[in-house]
Amino acid sequence: MKVIRSMVLISHDLLSIQRGADRIEQVFRKELHRYGLQDEVSISLIDDVGHSFALPLVIIYPEAVIYGPVSLQDVPLIIEEHLYKGRILEEKLAPPYDLSGRIAWIYTRKGSLPAENRIVLKNVGQIDPNSIEDYIAHDGYQALGIALEMTPEEVITQIKASGLQGRGGAGFPAGLKWSFVRKAYGHQKYVVCNADESEPGTFKDRLILEGDPHRIIEGMLIAGYAVGASEGYIYIRGEYQLAVDRMENAIAQAKQFGLLGEDIMGSGFAFDLHIHTGAGAYICGEETALIESIEGKRGEPRSRPPYPTTEGLWGKPTVVNNVETLANIAPIILNGSDWFRSFGTATSPGTKVYTILGNLNVTGLIEVPMGITLREIITFYGKGIKHGYFKMAQTGGSGGSIIPSSLQDTPMDFASFAKAGVALGSGALLICNDEVCVVDLARVLLNFFRKECCGKCSPCRVGTEKAYQILSAISQGRGKMEDLKTLEQISFQLNELSNCGLGQTAAVPLRDMLYRFRDEVEAHIRLNVCPAGACSLSIPALV
Amino acid sequence: MENQVIADEKTTAVITAIVESHVTSRSELIPILKAVMDELGFISPEAIKQLSSRMQIPCSEIQSVATFYRMLSTQPRGKHVIQFCESAPCHVVGGRQILEALKKALDIEPGETTPDNRWTFLTTSCLGVCGIGPVMLVDTDLYGNLEPEQIPHILSRYD
Repeated sequence: MKVIRSMVLISHDLLSIQRGADRIEQVFRKELHRYGLQDEVSISLIDDVGHSFALPLVIIYPEAVIYGPVSLQDVPLIIEEHLYKGRILEEKLAPPYDLSGRIAWIYTRKGSLPAENRIVLKNVGQIDPNSIEDYIAHDGYQALGIALEMTPEEVITQIKASGLQGRGGAGFPAGLKWSFVRKAYGHQKYVVCNADESEPGTFKDRLILEGDPHRIIEGMLIAGYAVGASEGYIYIRGEYQLAVDRMENAIAQAKQFGLLGEDIMGSGFAFDLHIHTGAGAYICGEETALIESIEGKRGEPRSRPPYPTTEGLWGKPTVVNNVETLANIAPIILNGSDWFRSFGTATSPGTKVYTILGNLNVTGLIEVPMGITLREIITFYGKGIKHGYFKMAQTGGSGGSIIPSSLQDTPMDFASFAKAGVALGSGALLICNDEVCVVDLARVLLNFFRKECCGKCSPCRVGTEKAYQILSAISQGRGKMEDLKTLEQISFQLNELSNCGLGQTAAVPLRDMLYRFRDEVEAHIRLNVCPAGACSLSIPALV
Repeated sequence: MENQVIADEKTTAVITAIVESHVTSRSELIPILKAVMDELGFISPEAIKQLSSRMQIPCSEIQSVATFYRMLSTQPRGKHVIQFCESAPCHVVGGRQILEALKKALDIEPGETTPDNRWTFLTTSCLGVCGIGPVMLVDTDLYGNLEPEQIPHILSRYD
């Protein structure tokens, strides 16, 4: 019997392939033979999780050492020193800066840091995403088998008992949503996976899709069985070509194995899955806009009610779940709801995948229990602020709250954040140091909303544009004190009158800027000074 | 005039091929328009007209879809398209300097095409690789962790 002592993972994304990852793999295999290590060391090609100048990377477990960029000449050296003699080759380690955007957890797995509890990302970076066998060997599709032996109601009860909340940002209980669709009238129902991840700062769904596509298929199958749907759509944003390729391959494999199609696992349950790719529109992440887009129309959100749970895709009851939500389904069915509840807090069980970005030493993707604090994330996982000190953070993408450093000890879960008046959002954490100006940040955010607004309702179309103009004026030293009053009004109107979440959340950064950082804004207007030194206030103040 | 006829003939050939390889239902409109983009570089008025008659969808509706999505364009673009991410995560880690460097190197403003038709310079919302900002996409090649000094070098790789 073969006993694998070390695992070698070679990054195999487009950029790595361009830089000779295939050749490196060949040389690795050849050299391992030369040392007689071929039965002790396994080689897998993994998806890269973000492009970087350190590509191609070679990651060796169990030490969790990352080498990069690796050239052909380095391969014999790595094998001799690391795999044969057991010494880590210090000079070939990937520099931390170049690892930015890569899997920060690889760093945190070893050493004195609190271990991450990985549920969603368990397989990502560990298995070959193009191999269904690899997924099955890691307990894949077992949960589907268990679910098919339960009644649909039991599956829903299980998910409800787990307390799983939607991970797209709003935090709506997933089990409850499923039960609405289950009870909705109609023979034809749909399951839609929302993979139109366009929220600035968020790329967790891309990594889940690219690293573990079968997990999503399994989650959608269980969802389909539970709500009584026979068809599913995965809406992947157009920019994520690699995710689309991996998913197409995964669907073809699942069909081949009889896990999609008619009579799945002999249970009589039939389910078919289609991929729909977006064409570049942030608004399509809104569930009704996404449905419109699948139908081939402009991605303009519908008025609600009726909610998609009763009238969704082609007017049929539809359950729309985020990628991360669906990735949680199989582990819950497999391990039970009590197990899931052992992670996180009482009101927000489970883990959350965060993308940590901005002025940090290490940026990337982490999965931590709900209820961790921002301070812990910055210190442990981000390895501290790159330069300067921690001034503010934006949570949850563009429409997220801007929170000052004084709130960094608030536990991050849906309930505690709601109490503090903060939206958790999609899991992006943009950390800003003292060189970032809040007016400039808000201006960039409003510029985003102004451009991504679909134009259907006027509070949003006019409000975002107007707010952007005012913020530009303030950041150029042309602001007036009355402007702040106007901004307050716009913020209120955006929140109250907009048709969908885009306009409503556009109000959040405005509001936070005015309430939490008012002195900084006023300094721009009254003193013609940008305290952070980021805005170029060229016009001198008129007395 | 003659060029126009040649262009129209090309459009007809492309549209015919695309329509035949897709199901012509309404829900296929976006994939079809994306295929037209790949073949023609942009969605011309002639293409919209022909799609309309073949798919039985009014021109106005096709036009409205074609102008809604960022990846579809009804204007011709240059040989290479630069998409620079202007969202907040890239902005706070030095995106502004990159934008200035790009403007200087290309000598055009965002949204414009160089007179020699070599570059089209667009700013875009998040590209989903925020961990390595600032980020830009040249055609399909992604560049991250950008420094202003790298810009001329990167641009010189494209003819």
